[in-house]
Amino acid sequence: MTTHASIANAATTDPMIVMADVEKWYGGFKALSDINLSVRRGEKIVLCGPSGSGKSTLIRCINHLEAYQKGEIRVGGTRLGDDSRTIDAIRREVGMVFQHFNLFPHMTVLQNCMLAPMRAAKMSRSEAEATARRLLDRVRILEQADKYPAQLSGGQQQRVAIARALCMRPSVMLFDEPTSALDPEMVKEVLDTMIGLAEEGMTMICVTHEMGFARQVADRVIFMAGGTIVEEAPPDAFFTQPRHERTRKFLGEILRPH
Amino acid sequence: MGLGEFLFLLTGLKWTVALSAIGFVCGSVGGLAIALLRTSGVRGLERLAAGYIALFQGTPLLMQLFVVYYGLALIGLHLSAWVAVSIGFTLHASAYLGEIWRGSIDAVPRGQTEAASALNLKYTSRMKDVVLPQAIRISLPATIGFLVQLIKGTSLASIVGFTELARAGNIVSNQIFEPLLVFGIVGILYFLMCWPLSLYGSHLENRLAVASR
Ligand SMILES: Nc1ncnc2c1ncn2[C@@H]1O[C@H](COP(=O)(O)OP(=O)(O)O)[C@@H](O)[C@H]1O
Ligand SMILES: [Mg+2]
Repeated sequence: MTTHASIANAATTDPMIVMADVEKWYGGFKALSDINLSVRRGEKIVLCGPSGSGKSTLIRCINHLEAYQKGEIRVGGTRLGDDSRTIDAIRREVGMVFQHFNLFPHMTVLQNCMLAPMRAAKMSRSEAEATARRLLDRVRILEQADKYPAQLSGGQQQRVAIARALCMRPSVMLFDEPTSALDPEMVKEVLDTMIGLAEEGMTMICVTHEMGFARQVADRVIFMAGGTIVEEAPPDAFFTQPRHERTRKFLGEILRPH
Repeated sequence: MGLGEFLFLLTGLKWTVALSAIGFVCGSVGGLAIALLRTSGVRGLERLAAGYIALFQGTPLLMQLFVVYYGLALIGLHLSAWVAVSIGFTLHASAYLGEIWRGSIDAVPRGQTEAASALNLKYTSRMKDVVLPQAIRISLPATIGFLVQLIKGTSLASIVGFTELARAGNIVSNQIFEPLLVFGIVGILYFLMCWPLSLYGSHLENRLAVASR
């Protein structure tokens, strides 16, 4: 019993993602500076901030969709370099969900979910199909397995995108504004899916302005502006007593509907 | 015009079709290579492919055929007219198809490659499974348009002594002195090959336009 507890404890204190003094440049433009962030296994982070503050850039550096120039990023103990070996090792661990879903339009829902397991994880077709069906069922969309993405609503497409990422059995999930492109009535079904994932203990970094979701799920909320982390706090403290003027201004803008 | 002359024209037609097919099939292989080099993200390879495309788009097809036919002979490679024009058309089609497909690859939204990369798919699978199937669909109208140009362009092969449809027409016309009749038939034969393709191309174009609405 005690051994079990201490193992679980060790697991939760072991950082899953570490970003240390990370700097990212787009040509001559510095998009990220002094990024220091440590995410524990199972932790849920909500990342918010004004448009252009570097939120997407930050999470895209973690799975090397963007290269970083200074500092260090570690995922599950692997230091992310520019070589294909470490990129491969890290992308195995990290799944990503995009604002515009980015499903493959020429493949059915099921094929979307089976491609990467077969090609990148070398699963057999039957294993990939079983995995895909299980995860499509989990996001409650199994009955649409043979449809093409264009035949689904935005909310359904985004749930497929979540299932597709989960088929690779990631230990971390990155979400880049997963509900921003959705009609209001579809936001909830996607957030509910994400909440379910959080409850199962997935490590998550979510760029979102859904503050209800942040309150319910986040262990920490991080506020970015101008390519730096301005403030981070547990959701209660973040919403009730933000320390920085920029955070207050931002919260004032997004919490007060206009 | 007797049956013999007409059959002679059909033989020419056969070589026109064969030359078009060879140029198109071999040019597709070359064009795919050019398009992949052109979008590789490796500066040197991209420039090489861009230079190749510029060279073949910037010079007349007739001159390209001359250079291959007489140029290769000059360096000691004596090729039959048949092989020489096949090489010429392949090089030519590679450049044009390469440029068409480069544009189509670029037209596939970036998010597709990014999603594939995030799923840990490597370059070969990203291209083969995700980008190219979409790029090929986008490119179909332009690809078919080029095929029509290529079929008509084969008439230039007559200049190096290759007896395709246009040259066959010329020969027959010189024999029976009925140029209007002969070239009328030759024209109809070209039209019967090219017109359905053109129709099919614009049909696909309309379908793509509807799909992207
Ligand atoms: N590919 C790129 N090239 C150049 N600048 C970029 C690129 N992507 C983003 N940027 C710039 O970097 C900054 C941060 O962008 P981004 O991370 O997308 O912000 P956010 O997701 O917070 O809205 C912005 O100023 C944006 O214009
Ligand atoms: Mg963004």
